[in-house]
Amino acid sequence: MILARISKRFAPAPDSAGFSLDIEFEAQPGVTVLFGASGAGKTLTLDSIAGFSKPDTGRILLDDKIVFDAAASVNLRPQDRHCGYVFQNYALFPHMTVRQNLAFAAEPQPRLERHRRVAEMMERFHLVELAGRRPHELSGGQKQRCSLARALIGSPKVLLLDEPARGLDASLRAELYTLIRALRADFRIPILLVTHDLEECFALGDTLLIYDSGRIIQSGPPQKALDRPASSDVARLLGFGNVFDAEILALDPGRNTSRIRARDREFYATYFPGHLLGARIALGVRSGDVRVHSAPGDNRMPAKLSRVVEQPRGVRLEFADGLVADVSRYDYSQQRDNQEWYLELPPDAFRPIGK
Amino acid sequence: MSVDWFPLWLSLRVAALATGISFLLGLWIAYVLANRQFRGKELVDAVVTLPLVLPPTVLGYYLLVSLGRMSPLGKVYESVFGAPLVFTWQAAVIASTLHAVPLLVKSSRAAFQSVDHSLERAARTLGVSEWRLFWRVTLPLSRRSVVAATVLAFARSLGDFGTTLMIAGDIPGRTQTSAVAIYDAVESGNTLVARVLVLVLSVLTIGIVYMANRLEHRQPAV
Repeated sequence: MILARISKRFAPAPDSAGFSLDIEFEAQPGVTVLFGASGAGKTLTLDSIAGFSKPDTGRILLDDKIVFDAAASVNLRPQDRHCGYVFQNYALFPHMTVRQNLAFAAEPQPRLERHRRVAEMMERFHLVELAGRRPHELSGGQKQRCSLARALIGSPKVLLLDEPARGLDASLRAELYTLIRALRADFRIPILLVTHDLEECFALGDTLLIYDSGRIIQSGPPQKALDRPASSDVARLLGFGNVFDAEILALDPGRNTSRIRARDREFYATYFPGHLLGARIALGVRSGDVRVHSAPGDNRMPAKLSRVVEQPRGVRLEFADGLVADVSRYDYSQQRDNQEWYLELPPDAFRPIGK
Repeated sequence: MSVDWFPLWLSLRVAALATGISFLLGLWIAYVLANRQFRGKELVDAVVTLPLVLPPTVLGYYLLVSLGRMSPLGKVYESVFGAPLVFTWQAAVIASTLHAVPLLVKSSRAAFQSVDHSLERAARTLGVSEWRLFWRVTLPLSRRSVVAATVLAFARSLGDFGTTLMIAGDIPGRTQTSAVAIYDAVESGNTLVARVLVLVLSVLTIGIVYMANRLEHRQPAV
């Protein structure tokens, strides 16, 4: 288990704005995903836990052992914290073979254990064939496995993964996800995974910590965050391209429907528990849930197309007034010559934002 | 007339010892400069670099003042070893060491600092001690620069003249190194000795520097 409550301030410098990290979280065995934009403090959190960065205040517990406590001036060396850390660039020792990398990592272990641990890890991570190779002779996926094996060889109390999927292609990514899920089952330790890939959060995360400018602005199971973003900032990070300020006109819990008014139009939506008739409510619609048409209809609103952005999985259509729709290439090809655009917001696409 | 080979052997012995000492001293200073944060760090670096740029006579003068028979250090040495330090071949070792250390510190510090930081961090999270980390990761990854600097340091020690002359003197058969012997031979019109020593020293030094260059520019193995 990890318990961390830390803060750290960086004063503004001529070449950089100031930054402050102020976070508190608890991570149980399983995968905890640290999600947020670059520079939100995710890697700094890992570095603080591993002992590379010293927070100004707070304390960090790993398995009931205090590894950092500002008030009591406790600050254990990285060597004494027992964290497995997989770096962005894998950080394999370039002058050692795969086997030597693992053996070197096993040296702090009791003498009798070492050989067995190395053999076990080579087997577990399918490295036996690669034992004699140097890191520069390995593919990205192989480096990844070697790096994971090395990090786990000393039976660490936590595993810290800094953007492990970065630079891997789609098939290697899928392989990595399978591997991490297997590790979660086998090792039963907290795994902290830093990413700014939303899909990774949902593919791997048991718990999601959403970072924004050095704060954790929402935490909990990923699906819950998606159903109920805590703020419009969270909604934005989770890919809710569209945020509406709406008024509830009618509620029907029996048929799980409601009617709302947003942007001077009426829409059908699902029932919003805990909200009263006439209440104002912030609603988010994920850009992938928006459908586009060339004619008006139910739950549709006209919009003015301002920009078309090609994306790996489809096309992003940006409309005036901050509306965004992600559509498939096929859908776009069918409609690219539309004179007018109407956005359909399906009833179940509206998600309430906030408490 | 035969050539006295003593100056050459003495030079080689002095250079070897000076290189050994400056290797350990240089690596240690380079490690501290590369890894520790303290006030006056760049001042230390500047002072260590001084022997590279100061005239050898200035350095020799400093050494005479600080190690001479009347200086505190000189007195301590004399009371421990029963004889003065100045005008012995050991003094020549000190003079050579002083010239060799900056070469090692400069190259090694740069090499240590250019080792990928995440490798050292990775080793630390694996529970590897700082001592092992240095010998097993940092030094092997910097070895090319360190070896090249060591070879240069040896060559530099072999050729030291001014500082050695001032602190070790020119006592044939005792403190007369090759560089000093050549000067002596030329002064006394002994051209054969001068020529032979010059030739041998040149060939040796060219060979050493050529080796150092090859080491530094060879394709990295990693």
